[in-house]
Amino acid sequence: MTPADLRGSVAIAGIGQAGLGAAHGSSEIEILAQAACRAVADAGLSMRDIDGLATASAAATMWPLPVCEYLGIRPRFVDGTMMGGSSFVTHMLSGALALLSGQCDAVLVCYGSTQRSAAVGRREIAQMRKRVDPQPYEYPYEPVLPVTAYALAAARHMHQFGTTRRHLAEVAVAARRWAQLNPEATARDPLSIDDVLNARMVVDPLSVRDCCLVSDGAGAYVMVRADRARDLPQRPVYVLGNASATWNRQISSMPDFTETAARESGERAYAMARLGPADMDVVGLYDAFTINTLLFLEDLGFCAKGEGGDFVMDGAIAPGGRLPVNTNGGGLSCVHPGMYSIFLVIEAVRQLRGQCGARQVPGARTALVHGNGNTLSAQATAILGTAETL
Amino acid sequence: MGEIGPEKAYHDALAAGTLQIQRCAGCARHVFYPRVLCPHCGGTDLRWRRASGRATVYSSVVVRRRGQDGGDLNVCVVDLEEGVRMMSRVVDVPPEEVRIGMAVRARIDAGPDGPLVVFVVDGEQA
Repeated sequence: MTPADLRGSVAIAGIGQAGLGAAHGSSEIEILAQAACRAVADAGLSMRDIDGLATASAAATMWPLPVCEYLGIRPRFVDGTMMGGSSFVTHMLSGALALLSGQCDAVLVCYGSTQRSAAVGRREIAQMRKRVDPQPYEYPYEPVLPVTAYALAAARHMHQFGTTRRHLAEVAVAARRWAQLNPEATARDPLSIDDVLNARMVVDPLSVRDCCLVSDGAGAYVMVRADRARDLPQRPVYVLGNASATWNRQISSMPDFTETAARESGERAYAMARLGPADMDVVGLYDAFTINTLLFLEDLGFCAKGEGGDFVMDGAIAPGGRLPVNTNGGGLSCVHPGMYSIFLVIEAVRQLRGQCGARQVPGARTALVHGNGNTLSAQATAILGTAETL
Repeated sequence: MGEIGPEKAYHDALAAGTLQIQRCAGCARHVFYPRVLCPHCGGTDLRWRRASGRATVYSSVVVRRRGQDGGDLNVCVVDLEEGVRMMSRVVDVPPEEVRIGMAVRARIDAGPDGPLVVFVVDGEQA
C-alpha cells in the first residue's frame, strides 16, 4: 500500500469552533469541549460515537489524558503528536490510517487555547519552556521567539530576492480584506498598506501588523471513513492528500532560510492527491507572520522561488484576486490561538461545503491547507476535495 | 558513562577562551551545535577543532526593545568559514548597521549565564 491508495478514503464529516477572540470566563478545556461538541453534532454523531482522538497543547505534555477524561470518551486510537501549530494537519494522516485499519470508526481532532485571557498565558508558557525545553545555542542571544526567527527568514528573503516590506504589507492587507467578509473574524477594521508600513516595529523587518493576532479559540473536526461520511448529514469533504515534513527545529539549524520543508510536504501531498498547485480552488496557508505566506506560496509551487512578493501584489490573494488565500482572514486577521492549523482545516471544509457566505469562493471543489509549526520547523500539507474530485 | 558530553565540553572550552567546533572523521564535514553523532552521515567519530572565528553574516534583525529593557538588540545568524551556522550578535556596530554578507570575527564575551560567542566587524577580510 502507498499513501496514494488512501486518496479519498476518509472524509471530514463535522467541524466546530468556540471561544474565538477572547474567551473571558471560560477555561481552555471548556472551549475545546464546546468546539468538540459542535463538531460531533455537525457530523450527525454523538460523543459516544467518538473512538479516536488527536489533540495537542502548547503547555500540557499529557494533553490527551485530560481531554479524554473531560469528554468522557475511551478512545481506541489516540494521537498526541505535538509538532507545533501544524499538528492538526499532521493528525489527519494518522487519524485516516487508524480509520482505514479499523482501529477506530470516528476520529475527533481538537484544540483549544485561552493564551490571551488566561492567567498563565503566552508569556508565562514561553518562560517555562525556556527552563524545561532549553535551546542553549539560541536563548543566550535573547531572540524574542518566535518572531525573531521569522524576521531572520524575512531579512534573508529580502536580501536574496529583493522582497520588500511593501510586499509583506500586501499579505497583511489581503488577509484583512478577507476578514472584513467574515463575521467571525476578530480584526475587521480597515487596514491600508501604509498602516502596515508605519506600524510599530517588533523585530525589523517585521512590524506588529506583520504578526498574527494573539487570540483565544478552540476548533475541532471529525473524520470518518468515506462510505460512512456519505450517510451523514453534511456534504463530505474528502482527504485527497496529506504529508508532513520537518528539517530542523531551530531557525539557526535551517539549511536555507528562504526554503522550508513545505516543499517536501507539498510534493508528497500533491503526489498522493494526483493534483498540483494549478488545480487548487482555495488555499489556506499558516500565516503566523506575513513572510510565511510568501514562503509557502513559493514552496508549494504557486510561484517560483523568490517571486512570492511579486505574486501577491495588487490584491492578487485578496478577495477578487487571482488566488483566494486565507479566506477566513487568516492568523493575521481572523484568529490565532497559538496553534492555528485546525482553523485552516475548518475554513477549507466550509469553502468546500459552500457555507462561506460573502467570502465564498464560487464552485470551490479543491482546497490546499498548509500548516506550519514552531519556527518554520514543521510543515504539513493537506489537500481536500468535494465528491466531484474523487 | 561518566565522560563529559559535547555540550559541556564546548562550554568548558569557551570558558577557557577557545571556540572549538566538531569535525566528522567519517564525512569530513564540520558540525554545529555540538552533538554525539554527525547529523550529515550518522557517524560518531567527531573530533574537536579550533574554529578560525572568521564568519559571514547570513541574516540579521533588530529586536526592538524599550530603553528600560536594554534597548534595541541585534540578533544575527552567521556562517563560520568551516561551513557551519550559528546564532549570535554583532556587538561593535549599532544593531541596524549589521548587514547580510558582512565579514565578522568571533570574540568570546561574558554573557549573563557564562561565556558567549559574539562577533565584531572584521576589517581584515575583503
